[in-house]
Amino acid sequence: MSYSPATQQFLKGAKDGLPFHIVIWPFAAIFGAIATQAGLNVVEVMGFSILVIAGSAQLAALQLMTDNAPTVIVLATALAVNLRMGMYSAAITPHIGKASLATRAFAAYMLYDQPYALASIKFEKEPDLSLSEKLGYFFGVAIPIGIAWYLLTLAGALLGEMIPTDIGVDFAVPITFLAVVAPMLKTLAHVASALTSVVLVLVLSFMPYGTGLLVAAVAALLVGAQVESWMEKRKAAA
Amino acid sequence: MIEASPTQIWIIIIGMAIGTFLIRFSFLGLVGDRPLPAWLLRLLRYTPVAVLPAVVAPMLIGAKADTDPLRLFCAAVTIVIGVWTKNVLWAILAGLGLFFGLGAVLG
Repeated sequence: MSYSPATQQFLKGAKDGLPFHIVIWPFAAIFGAIATQAGLNVVEVMGFSILVIAGSAQLAALQLMTDNAPTVIVLATALAVNLRMGMYSAAITPHIGKASLATRAFAAYMLYDQPYALASIKFEKEPDLSLSEKLGYFFGVAIPIGIAWYLLTLAGALLGEMIPTDIGVDFAVPITFLAVVAPMLKTLAHVASALTSVVLVLVLSFMPYGTGLLVAAVAALLVGAQVESWMEKRKAAA
Repeated sequence: MIEASPTQIWIIIIGMAIGTFLIRFSFLGLVGDRPLPAWLLRLLRYTPVAVLPAVVAPMLIGAKADTDPLRLFCAAVTIVIGVWTKNVLWAILAGLGLFFGLGAVLG
């Protein structure tokens, strides 16, 4: 049996996304369990995971709601946590911008960290993929992770108290992101960009609502691009 | 416990849903297939290495993190294995395996 090129890419995406499931499953179950223990009912918990579908923002909102923060602060903070996804949207647009509006809207709904990270690596490595292959790969990563996110949130919400919420699973999130970034540190420009990002976000940690992250990220983009053009000039001169 | 009313809870859910979607849709929706200038494309190639470390660093070091030598060590191992093998899965398995393995041994 032979699959269309787009289906083959979908399967590749699903396979490349597998490592993330190690993290997504417990993360979703713990979100469901904590939210239920904090007093949300199952419909509200699933409302978060299905409509918002953004793990770290959901946890941030839950934390603030438990502290009885004002609604406006909860919304502002949660959305600030998600602002980095504006950069994902910009980065993915040159690759899948030609798709129909409905497809782009669906891709936007699923533009969380993992499909963005894997797709941007893949599309840089294989720029000649067709639009439908690129979409196939993106949704191959995104759809299984989305479904796992719904189902495990539901399991966590239903099992509630039976789920241990303090097993250090919060550490799985930084580990996943580090594991995604490390293989990309292949040029001086990438290393310089990553170091700028780390140093600045720590220096700017006094800034409210995660705005320091945005400043650090934009500065790191500029450093990466600048170092890249320096290296090209040196190469051309040599 | 959450004391917000169901109405407030749903305002938060719907507000986050719409806001998050608009952030994610921004460039995809407005720019679409119009070509972006070369300098912007060059910048955007660096988004993963520019954004993700800034998301991670405050979780591990800095004022708000509960800095723990075991976590820092496992994070460093994850980076080394990731750079060395260029494989996301090996890096995750090494980092988390070591964390839960050493965590069990050290109590």
